Amino acid sequence: MAIEISEVAKGDEGGRRYGPDNPAPVIEPPRARTHRTPRTTRTNFELYGWLFMRVSGVLLVVLVITHLVIQLVLDGGVSKVSFAFVAGRWASPFWQVWDLLMLWLAMLHGGNGLRTIINDYAQRDTTRFWLKMLLYVATVFTVLLGTLVIFTFDPNIS
Amino acid sequence: MATVTETPTGGMADSAHLARVTFRIRRFNPESSEHAFWQDFTLDIDPKERVLDALHQIKWEEDGTLTFRRSCAHGICGSDAMRINGKNRLACKTLIKDIADLDGGPKAKPVVIEPLKGMTVQKDLIVDMEPFFQAYRDVMPFLITTGNQPSREHRQSAEQRERFDDTTKCILCAACTGACPVFWNDGQYFGPAAIVNAHRFIFDSRDEGAEQRLEILNDRDGVWRCRTIFNCTDACPRGIEVTKAIQEVKQALITRRF
Ligand code: SF4
Ligand code: FES
Repeated sequence: MAIEISEVAKGDEGGRRYGPDNPAPVIEPPRARTHRTPRTTRTNFELYGWLFMRVSGVLLVVLVITHLVIQLVLDGGVSKVSFAFVAGRWASPFWQVWDLLMLWLAMLHGGNGLRTIINDYAQRDTTRFWLKMLLYVATVFTVLLGTLVIFTFDPNIS
Repeated sequence: MATVTETPTGGMADSAHLARVTFRIRRFNPESSEHAFWQDFTLDIDPKERVLDALHQIKWEEDGTLTFRRSCAHGICGSDAMRINGKNRLACKTLIKDIADLDGGPKAKPVVIEPLKGMTVQKDLIVDMEPFFQAYRDVMPFLITTGNQPSREHRQSAEQRERFDDTTKCILCAACTGACPVFWNDGQYFGPAAIVNAHRFIFDSRDEGAEQRLEILNDRDGVWRCRTIFNCTDACPRGIEVTKAIQEVKQALITRRF
């Protein structure tokens, strides 16, 4: 019978064995439910978040694909995109609303997706907190800046 | 049990059905080392036996220190869920011929056996199940009714019983929860098994605690953390459609809130 014991195990046997007088350290299960586990929130936040991801995802498929086709395929492709082209489109409230909707939905959809990923993968509570803060600041900044530009866009700027 | 045939006494006929299979087992003993290590055991064993029989053969005839849980040995108690060749299964329901590389000759791949992932290993194949059972207790897995004590049985039609039949089959082996990547990364998540057992009561026509359980599962670490990865459905030794049950709980939450 071939019994192979790896080097690590052999190396550790000998002098410093654990026993009744030298007990092995207690290994806490990673983030088990303890008295410090956060209380339930009793809100529907996660439910709305989950629904929002589905609804915004479907809307974004339409919004983004149409946007890409207009910007990159029709009328000579990407080379036609210039200041004048953007100014021409934003002259119409329809495209303003379109772009506004796309901006908000895409940012919130992506932001919520990243929030979920951080919740799933950040190991320590402080890492989790600061990553989420960074995410929220970046999301709010981008959304506000984009909204500002869409509403205050001046085609006659020099 | 197959017999060890190092010194075959009965000639070829006795050992003809035996195959040589190597089992590579993840060992850990906190009293001798803080490191886990792999140990290979090569057995001559009938491939129609189960992995549990191989573990028994190792424990009884090779190395008595090998530690694992098992009680019923027939897929009822749910104590021997472990990772066999990278997939969570019950050792007592897994036939060696189904998972071992029997035609590989001397170069055959070993059968790799590890403890469940995502839970603290206590010794060899034994993990700490406490977080798992904590989540189970948190969904209140018992009948909740109001009013006077009933003087006769709670009646239920065959269709009403059928509604939650699938989730009554759970044996709490933790194969599903131990296969869930969300649980691996964050033990705060209830995990599939707790949701399966909540489902069993939420959809039971006799039970009146559905709203409470849905409330619990509506929280941060409840059903909305499920990413429909389907690892749990793949792992369940009882063939429960675990992911479907989780989705049904989500659906119930949405239809109740709107
Ligand atoms: S749902 Fe299946 S895999 Fe999960 S604990 Fe129950 S029997 Fe085991
Ligand atoms: S030993 Fe009971 S389920 Fe395998």
